[in-house]
Amino acid sequence: MISLEHVSRSFAIGDQQVYALRDINLEIAAGDYLSVMGPSGSGKSTLLNLIGLLDRPSSGTYRLDGRDVTALNDEEQAGVRSGKIGFVFQSFNLVPRLTAAKNIELPLMLAGISADLRKARVEVLLKDYGLLDRADHRPDQLSGGQRQRVAIARATSMHPAILLADEPTGNLDQSTGREVIDLLEKLTEQHVALVLVTHDPAIGGRARRQLHMLDGRITD
Amino acid sequence: MRPYDIASFASDSLQSSRARTLLMMLAMSIGVGAVVVLTALGEGARLYVVNQFSSLGSNLVLVFPGRTETAGISPGMLLGQIPRELTMEDAKALLKSRAVSRIAPMTIGSSEISYGPLNREVVVLGSTSDLLEVRHMELALGRFLPSTHEGEPVCVLGAKIRHELFGNASAIGKWVRLGDRRFRVIGVMGSQGESMGFNTDELVIVPVSAAHMLFNNSGLLRILVEAKSRDAIPRAKQDAESILLARHGERDVTVITQDAVLATFDRILRALTLAVGGIAAISLSVAGVLIMNVMLIAVSQRVREIGLLKALGAPASGIRTLFFTEAALLSFAGSMAGLIFGELGVFAIAKAYPSLPVTAPWWAVLAAVGTALATGILFSVWPARRAALLDPVAALSGK
Repeated sequence: MISLEHVSRSFAIGDQQVYALRDINLEIAAGDYLSVMGPSGSGKSTLLNLIGLLDRPSSGTYRLDGRDVTALNDEEQAGVRSGKIGFVFQSFNLVPRLTAAKNIELPLMLAGISADLRKARVEVLLKDYGLLDRADHRPDQLSGGQRQRVAIARATSMHPAILLADEPTGNLDQSTGREVIDLLEKLTEQHVALVLVTHDPAIGGRARRQLHMLDGRITD
Repeated sequence: MRPYDIASFASDSLQSSRARTLLMMLAMSIGVGAVVVLTALGEGARLYVVNQFSSLGSNLVLVFPGRTETAGISPGMLLGQIPRELTMEDAKALLKSRAVSRIAPMTIGSSEISYGPLNREVVVLGSTSDLLEVRHMELALGRFLPSTHEGEPVCVLGAKIRHELFGNASAIGKWVRLGDRRFRVIGVMGSQGESMGFNTDELVIVPVSAAHMLFNNSGLLRILVEAKSRDAIPRAKQDAESILLARHGERDVTVITQDAVLATFDRILRALTLAVGGIAAISLSVAGVLIMNVMLIAVSQRVREIGLLKALGAPASGIRTLFFTEAALLSFAGSMAGLIFGELGVFAIAKAYPSLPVTAPWWAVLAAVGTALATGILFSVWPARRAALLDPVAALSGK
């Protein structure tokens, strides 16, 4: 489904080229469960942003479902993000003024889906993630675990093919973190590919495929 | 995104920062309100003048002695001659025109009026019986100048003169002294206040011939000519010019229509209204700058949210639309509040000065709201563009 060939990403800092990613070759199939581990600054997040089309490679090709997506314009890339990719962030990134239900609804609204259909889907997601009684609460009235569940519900609301999670347990205590990982792992059973960036080996070790990164390279 | 969703998302975000939203609305509404109130005042002044003019009489053509040249000098000036006087005969000759229904000659001077021990200085207007109709004046008591027996020593007093000389006693039939002559009071004018330089309340009106004897002259200050209808005004003007040309042998009079005078005032006051409205509109552009400033702050405060929206699949154009919509909603709400402020202000002015016909002209209201919306949206172009072009990776990390 996803194929990265000789992908590099460099930044110009002053007159120096700094490489965040060097010659990455990676294949991800539907339903894959992949963890990316490595020290800070090793390029984990850059890789995730590239796969999520938030960033463009400096060189190399990125194919998604056989289509070269790096050549797409902003509008088309936004369309791909909307339909195929879900994000889960370390700091949840919920919109503070919107209720849990509205936050979950956000990608559906951005995609222009009708209000009736949105309502039905949000209802199902609230039930699936045990948030029915929290639907009208704003993020500041929710616990960390609940916030991340809202974020996962939001990320899956458009039925994405691939879920990108950047340190999803980083702001949670251990037991809540484990619950969140359980929820994410359950999604891989429904043929959603999961890419999990973490520097916690206990969490990364649970993945079926494990990537280790150092200085912008995949070491194994 | 669907339009309804865009609007509700934008209004949600406006409501979440209430103080900021209200302050911006206030700035916008002051601008709109100022335009509404000031143009209403200007328009009120214009209507006031127009009404004053039409209360002078309708379909009027004015004849003045002497020719006003737009360029150069007249031969008479070189020879040291004064222009030929307009006489009563000239005035009567004007009635020959079929476009003219009535004429009223006017001659004016100042004299001392006395009754018993009381005396004061007054303006004496010499005219004929038709003046009452031609100038739309109102008589309070008695009768106006007689149409026959023009030499009769009679006079009509202004309301204030009557009060000063006679108090509460009846004035009709009493003899007053004007200069060295005696006049019988036959009528009293109704109180109508000042109109175009003549305060009829402080006027004494006598027959033309009496005025000529009183001031020992023979000319007329001007002749008021009333055309038969509005359409007959140009004909009346033409006829007056040709009749007097034939009588005098040269063009030595000035004939203007009341409409021309009115049109000049109308133009001047309309320009004034526009100028005042334009100045008020400047405050709208200031409000626009304020909106830009606050929208820029909003963009930098909501960098994370913008990054998130991009990650969730909003294209740059969608983000731009959201910020535009916010600015548009804000300007719209602000200008509506401004309209309400403005109309309240106009209402208050109308209450305080009932004689002034203040109403904001529709074009000013439209222009104010239009300018408010346009500046609001125009000044949000840059902030919205900035939001749309944010790098999602940096934005998500809050940088």
